[in-house]
Amino acid sequence: MPEAPPIAPVTEPRGPASVISLEGVTKRYANGTLAVRGVDLSVARGDFVSLLGPSGCGKSTVLRMMAGLIPPSSGRVEMAGGGETGDIGFVFQEPTLMPWSSALRNVMLPLRLGGVGRQTAERRARDALASVGLAGFEDSYPRALSGGMKMRVSIARALVTKPRLLLMDEPFAALDEITRHKLNNDLLTLWQAERFTAVFVTHSVFESVYLSRRVVVMAARPGRVVEDLAVDAPYPRGEAFRTSADYAAHCREISSALHRAMEE
Amino acid sequence: MTVLLSANEAADAPLQDRAPRHFGLTAEAWLRIIAPTLIGLLALAGWEALVRINEIPPYLLPGPVTVFETLIREWPSLSVSLLITLQITFAALAVAAVLGLALAVLFAQSRIIELSLFPYAVILQVTPVVAIAPLIIIWVDDIRIALLICAWIVAFFPILSNTTLGLNSADQNLADLFRLYRASRWQVLRHLRLPTAMPYFLAGLRISGGLALIGAIVAEFVAGTGGRASGLAYRILEAGYQLQIPKMFAALVLVSLTGIAIFLAMSLISHLALRHWHESAMKERR
Repeated sequence: MPEAPPIAPVTEPRGPASVISLEGVTKRYANGTLAVRGVDLSVARGDFVSLLGPSGCGKSTVLRMMAGLIPPSSGRVEMAGGGETGDIGFVFQEPTLMPWSSALRNVMLPLRLGGVGRQTAERRARDALASVGLAGFEDSYPRALSGGMKMRVSIARALVTKPRLLLMDEPFAALDEITRHKLNNDLLTLWQAERFTAVFVTHSVFESVYLSRRVVVMAARPGRVVEDLAVDAPYPRGEAFRTSADYAAHCREISSALHRAMEE
Repeated sequence: MTVLLSANEAADAPLQDRAPRHFGLTAEAWLRIIAPTLIGLLALAGWEALVRINEIPPYLLPGPVTVFETLIREWPSLSVSLLITLQITFAALAVAAVLGLALAVLFAQSRIIELSLFPYAVILQVTPVVAIAPLIIIWVDDIRIALLICAWIVAFFPILSNTTLGLNSADQNLADLFRLYRASRWQVLRHLRLPTAMPYFLAGLRISGGLALIGAIVAEFVAGTGGRASGLAYRILEAGYQLQIPKMFAALVLVSLTGIAIFLAMSLISHLALRHWHESAMKERR
């Protein structure tokens, strides 16, 4: 497959409603692995999009290219409005906290790196911790927190800069199911309150249906987008949605889409 | 709608250490102090008994009581020597810590510099200090500075190699996070790589503390044969020539105690610096 040059011709933007868009994005790693091929994906402002697929389908690679952590081999990744520091928040699979710093100082980090003064940074970090339900844990070190609490700190850190785009890479995969359900609900509450755009990578059909408005199903070898499905249930979603026929129908639909993706 | 912590998550948080304390220490800590002390006292008593029962003359093997008496009697001259040895050891350790840290930071900034210089640090480390001490003592006029250089050569490498390893051990995801927020090189060093390297540096310091003392003593043995030194090693040599075996033992006891004190001091520094976060400074929880 001939690869396009890294600088693609300027095309029409996909309208002001898109926060980030990928056009014909291909990533080949230095060792020759073709991680993703020809991905076109545009995320609308305020949307909640899940990237769902088997291991090795390149969903984390797509997320990292959106964050600008790795460059595409070819194609374009474009963030509307250019993308200032702090416009993007990133939540990793592990909490990825600095063990030598308290929860408060961990959350202050993005602001401090961006040159925000100590007092302002501290106030905003306290607010962010309170918004994820961790008021009173400012001075706790990561080792004194449970897995769910550490993930909350990680989310507070990602949201402290008020990003337009929140990227999450299987953030709740290592948590027990009760905690995962609670954090899913809390994430939706934060999403509705703060109006950021969310891109959520997951292995779980149920999680993707419960959280998102749009599920992008990917296939592996090479990683590519195979289906793009809408979940048109209204928010706020809660236990009623989780037990509804509508939810079950969406899960069935997306399960079979994932199945087809893995057959290909 | 506000976000609240669930009881399920709060219940999962690790428990803080709440072991009962007696006179400020836990039972575990007391055991750590009492058990080795008891063994030491038993060994000393056995030694004393052995010397007395077999009537071993003090010029072959003095009993601990004789050694202790000699230590008190010779304290004026021994304490001066102890002070000199301590000065050399700590000066060498301080220079090793500062230079080791600085060079490790330099290595961390440039792979080329690391690859070019690291082999020479290894050469410095593998060359026996006994073999180069005579040269250094000839070249350097001030005997104390010569001894300091010898002790520094021995103490330098563990700090350099440990800190270099630590600076390169930063969590990859955290490094990505710093990149996401476009942190400067200095910010990455200050907020990510140096804190990551801290436990490694302190472990190196703990090894180097003992090595600095050994380096100072060994170098002084070499220098002492020329009659130009006055630290504890020289007292051991001098007592040996004069067959004052109890005084030899007394000086040896001081060297050992100094080594133990240095180790404890470094362990304390390490514990205080890492107690909030590093596994090595945490109590075992059951």
